[in-house]
Amino acid sequence: MNWNLFVTELVAGVSHGAVYALIALGYSMVYGILKLLNFAHGDVYMVGSFIGYGIIGVFGGATSLNVPVWALLTVMMLCAMLGGGLLGVMIERFAYRRLRNAPRIAPLITALGVSFFLENAAQLVLGAQYQSYNSFSWRSPIAFSHFTLAAGAVISYAEVIIIVGTIVLVVALTLFVQRTQLGKAMRATSFDREAAAMMGIDVDRVIVATFFIGSALAGAAGVFNGIEYQQVWPYMGFTAGLYAFIAAVVGGIGNLPGAVLGGLTIGLAQSFSIGYVSSTFSDAVVFAILIAVMIVRPSGLLGRAAVSKV
Amino acid sequence: MSTDPTDPNAPRVGVDEWVASHEQRRTRRAGVLGVVERELERVPSAAFYLGFGIAAACLPAVTSNGYVIDVGLNTLLYMLLALGLNITVGYAGLLDLGYVAFYGFAAYGYAMLASPQFGLHWDTLAVIPVVVVATAILGLLVALPSRRLVGDYLAIVTLFFGELFATVYQNGESMTVFGFSRKYDVTGGPNGIPNIDQFHVFGARIGALNYTAYYYVALIFFMVLLFAMYLVDRSRTGRAWKSLREDPLAAELMGMPVNRLKLIAFACGAGIAGLAGTIFAAANTAVFASEFDFTSGLLIIVYAMLILGGAGSLGGVIIGALVVNVSLEVLRDPGHATWVFYVLIAGTLVARLRPWRWLAAIVVGTAAFGFAVHAIVSAAWPRGVHGQAAVGGVLGSGLSHWVVLPSNPMTIGNVAFICLVLAVLALTLLHGWMQKVAMIPTLYLAAFVWDNVMLTQPDPARYIVLGLILIALMIIRPNGLLGERRVEIV
Repeated sequence: MNWNLFVTELVAGVSHGAVYALIALGYSMVYGILKLLNFAHGDVYMVGSFIGYGIIGVFGGATSLNVPVWALLTVMMLCAMLGGGLLGVMIERFAYRRLRNAPRIAPLITALGVSFFLENAAQLVLGAQYQSYNSFSWRSPIAFSHFTLAAGAVISYAEVIIIVGTIVLVVALTLFVQRTQLGKAMRATSFDREAAAMMGIDVDRVIVATFFIGSALAGAAGVFNGIEYQQVWPYMGFTAGLYAFIAAVVGGIGNLPGAVLGGLTIGLAQSFSIGYVSSTFSDAVVFAILIAVMIVRPSGLLGRAAVSKV
Repeated sequence: MSTDPTDPNAPRVGVDEWVASHEQRRTRRAGVLGVVERELERVPSAAFYLGFGIAAACLPAVTSNGYVIDVGLNTLLYMLLALGLNITVGYAGLLDLGYVAFYGFAAYGYAMLASPQFGLHWDTLAVIPVVVVATAILGLLVALPSRRLVGDYLAIVTLFFGELFATVYQNGESMTVFGFSRKYDVTGGPNGIPNIDQFHVFGARIGALNYTAYYYVALIFFMVLLFAMYLVDRSRTGRAWKSLREDPLAAELMGMPVNRLKLIAFACGAGIAGLAGTIFAAANTAVFASEFDFTSGLLIIVYAMLILGGAGSLGGVIIGALVVNVSLEVLRDPGHATWVFYVLIAGTLVARLRPWRWLAAIVVGTAAFGFAVHAIVSAAWPRGVHGQAAVGGVLGSGLSHWVVLPSNPMTIGNVAFICLVLAVLALTLLHGWMQKVAMIPTLYLAAFVWDNVMLTQPDPARYIVLGLILIALMIIRPNGLLGERRVEIV
């Protein structure tokens, strides 16, 4: 057995899975509260990635970066999270809010429309071609260099940043949801929206907060993806969003630890099937996992079976 | 829904007689429109379909313009697709987001059985049934694990299936049997499958690129299927599907075989997409996997057609496909697109703005605002008005004196586009006279963006318009143009 390949794929899978997990968290949070599949969520991730790209340009860009890398990364993260969050809030306010009481299919179609709009608007404004974080050719070592473990496996610093950053964000989110008043209101609203409204919770405010936090996580995921794979383009949100979606469903949609577990599952499955089989089949492996989970545990790995009342 | 229970005219939600008699309580339109509407209601819908068929059959006789016939053929293919989707989504209420994959599967199926790819050149009479049945079986297989899934999960599984299809076919130039055999070129990979045979029956074949012939083939298939759907609509299965859509639980409790109904709906929808796929492959003589993935927009276009016309309505399928495809084609040409844009804006203003004095004030205000801005810009920054309007004639010369057309609109256009989106969103928040006043600069900004940004990049621009129409339609009229207004029974 080749341990180098195994460890390399493992770390790549975890960092890949971390990005999926961050996006999946947003899907899951929104689904938990609104029972809405927010197809536009992947495009928020795309916008976050482009914001990060823009920030590199602002700070000197080209060959001469005029701030230290850690400061640049922090600013990128903050701006992408803020921008993504605001975009999510706007989508909720202008597209979904009017459809709260519409038939189930209407918000789904709207979500597809928003996603299509964002992708094509990005193409109109930014161009259809791939842009690269690398085109600024940073002189600093952290983002692109890698180190070699004693055993010989190669790990890039970007992967370490992603994994650590994701852990920080997930811990912060957990603390927020468990400890703060707004987090408690969120849990109550996702448990029963009507009852929460009757208990005096401002449901609209909770929904706005949910969209903001979920979309901010997607924006962060966009920057993470950018520093690891460097490429950004207007349609990147669709595929990543789809995988994150599947991650949320595999873990149990509406369940936050489930979203993280699902993201890691999908990331590892993809990484190992690319490493050991072929890249063509990695989609098929993910699909097989999805179908298997749907058949064996329709409510997801960590989801509770919902009892539907008539 | 908040209603005053003491009001005798308030909807008595949950009361059977009230629900049953909802037809009679519809308010009739007054005036000429009302008379026309009443008369039209008496004509059986089959007569409309027949009228459409005759009109469509006359199209090649009226025009010999190859482009028009080509667009007509495309529209018919879209109609077939929407007709199939109408079964799955419109009747049975199953959100199938992998629908385009069935279309692609069948197009590739035809390509593999009738092209030099594998050296097979089957007779069309054999290929079409084989491919259609195979596609229906594929639909059945996709539905099989999904039959227990509630709406949203089904959407995810099918969406991912569609993406999986595109990826596999995109990378299918070196397939192995699970890594153990030698490599086979199955789908041609990114190069697709070229040189596909034309339709040929017992030695007689359609000439290459003879779109008129394919137009008639597609029309005949569409009319036959439309008639079949007209019958299915009233049949036992059709009614069962609709009850499944309205309330799956109640349908199951009434003893309907819910699982079997879902599987049949999926298979029928896929089969019709399969038929459309074979015609598509033969008419275009080449297939590429990228034509069937999400970024191609095909899925959104077909859904937009179905939703615009009204899911579950056969007439809606025809109207939706016609409206969406023809407007997408018209938007392709900058000259036409300019006319469409201004006529549409004027039409919307006339239809939505009351009283008339507001309308007059806004039109005059926008015109004056435009001339003022144009005068200021041409005085301060002469290069800002040196661009050319995309349309000639009266409209063109008028526009070049009204809209600011910079010679290089890239950067300022992008900023203006984002400002326009924000302005329109802000407009929906304002009320009363503030909204009317804010409308003037927004309209001018829209004209500026349209002439400087949208017309230079027709492809994203057309899709942006499509996405916006979809969002606006869902908010204003979720049941589409011809869809039945659902009666919510609580």
